Amino acid sequence: MLLSPALAISAVLFVLGVAGVLFRRNAIVIFMCVELMLNAVNLTFVALAQSLGLGGQVFVFFVMAVAAAEAAVGLAIILAVYRHKQSVSLQNMNLLKDG
Amino acid sequence: MTVTFFWIFGVIAIGSALLCITRRNPLNSALWLVVTLFALAALFVLLDAQFIAVLQVLVYAGAIMVLFLFVIMLLNLGRPGPSDIKGPVGLAIAVVLGGALLFLLRPLSQAALPTAIQLPAGTVAALQQQQGIVGAVAYPLFGAYLVPFEIVSVLLLAAIVGAVVLAKRKL
Repeated sequence: MLLSPALAISAVLFVLGVAGVLFRRNAIVIFMCVELMLNAVNLTFVALAQSLGLGGQVFVFFVMAVAAAEAAVGLAIILAVYRHKQSVSLQNMNLLKDG
Repeated sequence: MTVTFFWIFGVIAIGSALLCITRRNPLNSALWLVVTLFALAALFVLLDAQFIAVLQVLVYAGAIMVLFLFVIMLLNLGRPGPSDIKGPVGLAIAVVLGGALLFLLRPLSQAALPTAIQLPAGTVAALQQQQGIVGAVAYPLFGAYLVPFEIVSVLLLAAIVGAVVLAKRKL
């Protein structure tokens, strides 16, 4: 049965995504790490769909649609920020910071 | 045999994900992420989700990653420059929090599903045999999940309009 290996691999992939979000500053790389986390969750859904019914595979479809929407809007925001700051580093995005 | 291939593709996915988050050049990161997505598509095939695997290659590796690469090249971020990887403190925080999260997720890989919620063995395979690989996903999608499906279409429309409004210089 492939359930346990799939859940283990998806846990490791999710943790790698979280670690990437925590130690990178480039906004685009952070977005890619978020995509990595979404894919780890997709792997969990597909693995569980094998024994719990095909609703899991349908849900992966929805996750992909939401990820596509998120990527389009997020990259548009990054483009707009780059136009103002000439940089995509999160260090320079401190408009709401006090003082 | 299947288990061996599963672990091979799993290790490829994890290794390229690791390279994806550690490469300095965003372009290299994006290309390693494409490798991860392809390995995940292979895992989906081994988990009897062939349709999802095709979607993964078409939508993720095809469309979304091309969008990422397009933005990286549009902003000319592929050129060598100062590293965006945080210093030792940020790295330590990432490793500690990641390790803690992995420790918390560890029981997941040993958990057994309660038999009460499991379908009888072979139910999903029989359904896929009967309705076809695509049909087995399409019937629930256009039946029980019809309302979420319509909501997703509205969400995608909102995302298209939002992306145009945000990225356009002057409306």
